[in-house]
Amino acid sequence: MSPKATLLDAQELDRALTRIAHEIVEGNKGAENLALVGVHTRGVPIAERLATKIGSFESVTPPVGKLDITLYRDDLTEIALQPVVKKTEVAFDVAGMRLVLCDDVLYTGRTARAALDALIDMGRPAVIQYAVLVDRGHRELPIRADFVGKNVPTRQSEVVKVRLAEIDGADEVVLEELPTP
Amino acid sequence: MSTQLEHLIDFDGVPIETIHAIFETTEVMAQVLERPVKRVPALQGFTVATLFFEDSTRTRLSFERAARAQSADVMTFARGGSSASKGESLRDTVATLDALHVDAYVVRHPAAGVPRQMAQWTKARIVNAGDGRRAPPTQALLDAYTYRQATGRAFEDTRLVIIGDVAHSRVARSNASLWHALGAEVVLCGPPTLVPPALAALPGVRIETQLDVAMEGAHAVMALRIQRERLTSARLASLAAYTAQYQVNEERLAGAAEDVVVMHPGPLNRDVEIDGALADGPRSLITKQVANGVPVRMAVLYHLLVGKGSR
Repeated sequence: MSPKATLLDAQELDRALTRIAHEIVEGNKGAENLALVGVHTRGVPIAERLATKIGSFESVTPPVGKLDITLYRDDLTEIALQPVVKKTEVAFDVAGMRLVLCDDVLYTGRTARAALDALIDMGRPAVIQYAVLVDRGHRELPIRADFVGKNVPTRQSEVVKVRLAEIDGADEVVLEELPTP
Repeated sequence: MSTQLEHLIDFDGVPIETIHAIFETTEVMAQVLERPVKRVPALQGFTVATLFFEDSTRTRLSFERAARAQSADVMTFARGGSSASKGESLRDTVATLDALHVDAYVVRHPAAGVPRQMAQWTKARIVNAGDGRRAPPTQALLDAYTYRQATGRAFEDTRLVIIGDVAHSRVARSNASLWHALGAEVVLCGPPTLVPPALAALPGVRIETQLDVAMEGAHAVMALRIQRERLTSARLASLAAYTAQYQVNEERLAGAAEDVVVMHPGPLNRDVEIDGALADGPRSLITKQVANGVPVRMAVLYHLLVGKGSR
């Protein structure tokens, strides 16, 4: 795969998350009763970073949960490679909470749909909002994000690669071209 | 690499990575069963049929629960009320059920080899729920999973001692082969009449007829059920004699590792092969073994059905 463009460098990525953190607090009128839930894999460090940022300017740091949506995917009857099931770690009771679902890229919306079902099976949250670092378009379901780091028009032959220090050693978002088969 | 299972008939040809992946999936499935909504949609659209040609209500219910907890459709084939009782051949039965679009069969049959034979006849996945004298592999999986979950000790540093009627036990062989594959040392122990020397030919297995010797350094002790009907077969002099020599109790564990755990596949003959107080005590993993039955079977169904070629 060949990189075509850098969409966000480390500094821009951090600024985008800082802005989202402020928007979350503004939109929810504070951080009370708020919790962040990251979707495995890269949604998790995003949720953790947002929680730390919120904690730095609010009196409370919201709890962070980790969500694996594998068992809720809508393509398990037709998928070629068996996905590895990871652990969901949500240590707080979601009932009555204001949840912000966090992920790196919003694309078809199918992951978000699965995540909503998974969250609702854990209890009845007061609100679920959705924060993503990059919205690349091409929705296949009626899903939209409440908080977006960067909107990027893409072609379906392209891939948005989010790299995060916790997992990939460095922070950046790049656009790559899928190799033509 | 793929962690998909083609069938689960025994542990032959099942890569060790797949076993470990099943353990990881089991942890997630156990979480699902602790939630208010004890169901995920993972196997929605798949159909699982239980075919029990021999009664084993608990095993069957446990598989059906495991399938339903993942939203699979479940069909139950009961021998008595079916055409099998009118003389239909097994092959014809399978063909008939295949026409109902079954994705996986959970099979228990009194004749050894039936699940493997069925795998030749159908495109569906086969899970062995016990054939002939062989245990369902899911029992050994849940035993090993329970040990791993409770102790966290690496199998490579583990000595497992299986005590009792090894010759007739459904579970001794499959546990011996699984734990050996996982890297554990396996010791089989019991009266010479109940531990055929031929079993020493199993890879990684040592036979010991003296309980005290077998117990030395044990990390896990598995007591097997003594079947009372064996008493008439002259293999066992008397229940009292067996209990005196081979009952697993606190005193007999003296030579074992300090943190040794005690297991039993059930059903239990309290105070026969295992001391009742020990079975209820802090060393015992018996209630955990029972609790892990459904999540392990959920994981097995997931690894069989999700992925290429399962339909």
